Amino acid sequence: MSAVIADTTKHAKSYLTDGTTIRSWLLTTDHKRIALLYLGSITLFFFIGGIAAALIRYNLIAPRGMIGSAETYNRLFTMHGVVMVWFFLIPAVPVTLGNFLAPLMLGARDLAFPKLNLISWYLYILAGAAALYSLIAGGVDTGWTFYTPLTTAYSKGHVVATIVAIFIAGFSSIATGLNFIISIHTLRAPGMTWYKMPVFLWSLYATSVILVLATPVLGMTLLLLAFERIFHIGVFDPAIGGDPLLFQHLFWFYSHPAVYVMILPGFGVISEIVPAFSNKGLFGYKFVVWSSISIAVISFLVWGHHMFVAGTSLYSALVFSILSFMVAVPSAIKVFNWIGTMHGGSVRFDAPMLYALGFIGLFTLGGLTGLFVAALAADVHLTQTYFVVAHFHYVMVGGMVSAYFAGLHFWWPKITGRIYPEIWGRVGAVIIFFGFNLNFFPQFLLGYYGMPRR
Amino acid sequence: MSFWLPHATTQAAEVDYLIFAVVAGSCAILGLVYGSIILYAIRYRAGSKVARYGASEKSWGIEVAWTSVTLLVFFGLFIWGADLYVRLFQPPPDALKVYVVAKQWMWKIEHHGGQREINALHVPVGQPIQLLMTSEDVIHDFSVPAFRIKHDVLPGRYETLWFQVETAGVYRLFCTQFCGADHAQMTGEVVAMAPPEYEQWLEQNGTSGSMAKQGGILFMRYGCSGCHGGNGIGGAQATSAVQAPPLTGLYGGPVPLEDGSIVTADESYIRDCILLPEKRRVAGYPPIMPSFAGQVSEEDVLKLVAYIKSLAPEAPP
Ligand code: HEC
Ligand SMILES: [Cu+2]
Ligand SMILES: [Cu+2]
Repeated sequence: MSAVIADTTKHAKSYLTDGTTIRSWLLTTDHKRIALLYLGSITLFFFIGGIAAALIRYNLIAPRGMIGSAETYNRLFTMHGVVMVWFFLIPAVPVTLGNFLAPLMLGARDLAFPKLNLISWYLYILAGAAALYSLIAGGVDTGWTFYTPLTTAYSKGHVVATIVAIFIAGFSSIATGLNFIISIHTLRAPGMTWYKMPVFLWSLYATSVILVLATPVLGMTLLLLAFERIFHIGVFDPAIGGDPLLFQHLFWFYSHPAVYVMILPGFGVISEIVPAFSNKGLFGYKFVVWSSISIAVISFLVWGHHMFVAGTSLYSALVFSILSFMVAVPSAIKVFNWIGTMHGGSVRFDAPMLYALGFIGLFTLGGLTGLFVAALAADVHLTQTYFVVAHFHYVMVGGMVSAYFAGLHFWWPKITGRIYPEIWGRVGAVIIFFGFNLNFFPQFLLGYYGMPRR
Repeated sequence: MSFWLPHATTQAAEVDYLIFAVVAGSCAILGLVYGSIILYAIRYRAGSKVARYGASEKSWGIEVAWTSVTLLVFFGLFIWGADLYVRLFQPPPDALKVYVVAKQWMWKIEHHGGQREINALHVPVGQPIQLLMTSEDVIHDFSVPAFRIKHDVLPGRYETLWFQVETAGVYRLFCTQFCGADHAQMTGEVVAMAPPEYEQWLEQNGTSGSMAKQGGILFMRYGCSGCHGGNGIGGAQATSAVQAPPLTGLYGGPVPLEDGSIVTADESYIRDCILLPEKRRVAGYPPIMPSFAGQVSEEDVLKLVAYIKSLAPEAPP
């Protein structure tokens, strides 16, 4: 199958019309079609996670809850977390925009391994099916963090099915990550040196490195979790000789880098859009690029900041605190550079730019509130409260989802050959920015007053 | 509830200063970021008549400048937060010890004098209190927002937390680590009272003797005395048939272990000796002490620990 790179409107056939049978879609190895398959499936999960979120908020209307038991509520927020993290946030930008654009930006016909690309989608679907099964069968009540020994010895939910789902999704991530790394190394057009690459590719690269290095740790951790739950092999449960903190170390060793998997591609999108709508090159290209790489590296060294009150040693807390401040520096550099890009440009405010500005606004707030929880003594008071909920939703939803929508709007004409109604695009961007703040800003205060999360 | 969260402990205000300093700094940066976005959006909007810069703008100087300023500010914050954190978690040696056993979904408190309470903790004001906490099942977290402190409560080990309440009053206690179905209901209160009232409360709730005394009874009942001798004076004497180390004067002292290391006999050590003896064998004794895991509840372990702590060194003959 030939990948059509040129303008779709001028050709009778495009990747969209070239074969319309279901078979031609399900067996395609074309990166553009796979991007669309992914787009459809992650949108489905975005809605499932979104419905869970809406039900969580609905239940919180009354102090005693609106939807029955505490058990149901716990299952809801667990499902919300699991679905949003592994089935939306982590894959979102790389598998859709990344898949579609990476070969185009590289000047290649396709990714290095088109079949692996398709396999990764099937793995995602398989994982999604397992997640849906566990949801329909009754869900899990452990929280998306699966802390032990609650998960291994006390939970009554469908833990194993959920673990299987995440385990498989992990392999899908690894396949995607490998594909990008190898494509970027080998398929760059002649003359495209590393420093001539679009920033979006750099951020995909940094993301993929994390995916490939961190996801196996998650896989092993989940296997151990399953072993302990099924065969009662003592790994994490102190009652059978395990160590409950070991789980947290392993889990966050993956999950902290994973938050950068979620946000780095977003940085890439914004770094493309802000220059485009400022009519000016990106300010400080090399700084933006190297800030992505340093985030990828340092993000592996900060997992302990999730455990400042968990019972680790004082010294380790000191080390993880300073490293957490360090990992915030490159993000700050990016924000300054985006603003620097606007300076002296010729700025237009189409929907993608509005989303991008919304991203900068919300991400900055999310990042700044990260400083509160990196500063040790402040973290003691704020951690495990709604403050943390607000903080990571500012980064993940305010930041990442805004960036994803910015990218979807920006490249929508390229993907579909059609243009969206500009005015509605802008209205959407503005509503999301203000609605988001309305929803999540009060949670910072709730957290400060001590309201526990969950 | 007043708008401000009360500062009930010595360090609560200090934590707030840190938080408010970061708030102030964040507001400044937010102002800078939002301000310059709005400014540039207006000034450099397409079609406005201003000088534009090409892509050739020099960036190194300014990049280095804002990177180093950011680094410097972050380093300052780190020092501030770290210094206070270390103080938040280092109990003064003279702290009054109170024992906390968490379980799904309640807090069980035990006082030195044997007083017990559930989902409530009575403490005197003006005196450092140190909690020795453990869990019977999953991980919980002891959190009192008015004190600005919290710490996870883990099964299988002792974690500690300390505070000194300055203002008498009733303060909400939360579990802030998700621990299962009724986690949200796992709340309680800390009642801080003036010392005379506290003494009175202790008296009114006085029960069958102090924790140490109750521990002494358990020491007999669980058969510890069979090996360690009555009053824990040691085995292999007239008192017992086997060789077991004396427990008198054990607490706080160094213990040489079989693997050559030397540990300090604190609460956690004694706990491990009872529940996980195979983990820590004392040098020079046969490894015959059985594990009491599953037979002795966490609360009874605490009483045994209290009893062993109370055993003074043998007076020289
Ligand atoms: C079968 C005999 C036996 C029984 C019963 C027994 N112990 Fe022991 N205990 C020993 C021996 C032998 C050692 C030294 C070797 C070791 O560390 O295992 C010891 C060590 C200890 C130590 C560490 C002493 C040190 O010097 O560091 C403590 C504390 C202790 N036992 C407490 C108890 C308590 C409390 C009980 C009752 C719940 C108990 N033991 C029951 C035999 C026994
Ligand atoms: Cu983290
Ligand atoms: Cu709890």
